[in-house]
Amino acid sequence: MKVVIMGCGRVGSELASQLDQAGHQVTVLDINPDALRRLPPQFRGRKVIGNGADQDVLRRVGVQDADVFIAVTQGDNRNLMAAQIAKLIFGVPRVLCRIYDPAREEIYRSLGLETVSPTRWSVQVFLQALSQAPGEARREE
Amino acid sequence: MYVIIVGGGKVGYHLAKALRDDGHEVLVIEKDRARCEHLEAELGDIVLRGDGSEVAVMEKAGFNRADMVVAVTGDDEDNLVICQVAKVRFQTPRTIALVNDPKNAEIFHRLGIDHTVNATDAILAQIEQELPVHALIHLLSMRGGGLEMVEVRIPSQAAVAGHRLKDILLPQQSIVALIIEEDGSPKSPDPDTVLHPGDKVVVVTRRENEELLREVFSRPAPLSSPYGPLSLQR
Repeated sequence: MKVVIMGCGRVGSELASQLDQAGHQVTVLDINPDALRRLPPQFRGRKVIGNGADQDVLRRVGVQDADVFIAVTQGDNRNLMAAQIAKLIFGVPRVLCRIYDPAREEIYRSLGLETVSPTRWSVQVFLQALSQAPGEARREE
Repeated sequence: MYVIIVGGGKVGYHLAKALRDDGHEVLVIEKDRARCEHLEAELGDIVLRGDGSEVAVMEKAGFNRADMVVAVTGDDEDNLVICQVAKVRFQTPRTIALVNDPKNAEIFHRLGIDHTVNATDAILAQIEQELPVHALIHLLSMRGGGLEMVEVRIPSQAAVAGHRLKDILLPQQSIVALIIEEDGSPKSPDPDTVLHPGDKVVVVTRRENEELLREVFSRPAPLSSPYGPLSLQR
């Protein structure tokens, strides 16, 4: 599977590294060259410095041939714009997009974008932990 | 009309001032505290501090009753999302986005933004207007279909000057929509309208026919003949 990941933060770099180990063809994109250093030395994929919300950059990394595009930069709006370009302009079959703001996440999910909201998800995890006795959650792990 | 402007930079500020002076109800949303204080000092109590792409801020600003939302921040991704959320969540009738990178204009249209404005193209159009060699000015790109509205000024030595519209062979799918005479008065064209040097002709045409159109209207007549080298007769 050809995967393009935009944003090489903690999530992006870990995701890239695991997909690479699983044998996928991974390209990681970040505007900050320092961020790409998060990738482990054994990473075999492609590292590209550039803005994924720029259609020329996306074309250059070959997003039109990708099977999956994942937008995980720190900026919700940047992720939303890049994800929509990947999906609607370049026709990438599977596009995933992280959105911190639950309200925006809901809106774009209703428009058919496949979204992930870590905010909503973390809140659920915390509430669930609180509903259990101390130490119980840890034992389950 | 209630107009919400997101982004209190230079464009946002002057826009707010002009619309307010025109009697419209205006609100400017700006993230930066210092900038907000400056705007408030200049414009009065029509400034809201916050991230204009946050739904909570939008609700507070009254997006649900806005007649128009104008997103003029320095980041294209913010302008896109502001206008999309305004449309989808608040059913804003009209959205206008500033496009900082001109190549995003096409994408914005495909993603549902009613209207985009970009400084680069506006300045280019101005330059075209200043340069006599560039007799063709872009007025408007119409959504879908690849149609453009352009303005051509008839040069003094143009071959078409003195000819009726029906005798001028235009590129395919080109329609003369309006003629503005040299004194500035608009005229609705009909087949017998005669073109004069200095007239501005507003034409709807296909993008690929622009060069041909410019050629037709601005090509000079040869000195030897009062009629142009173009075949103007049917």
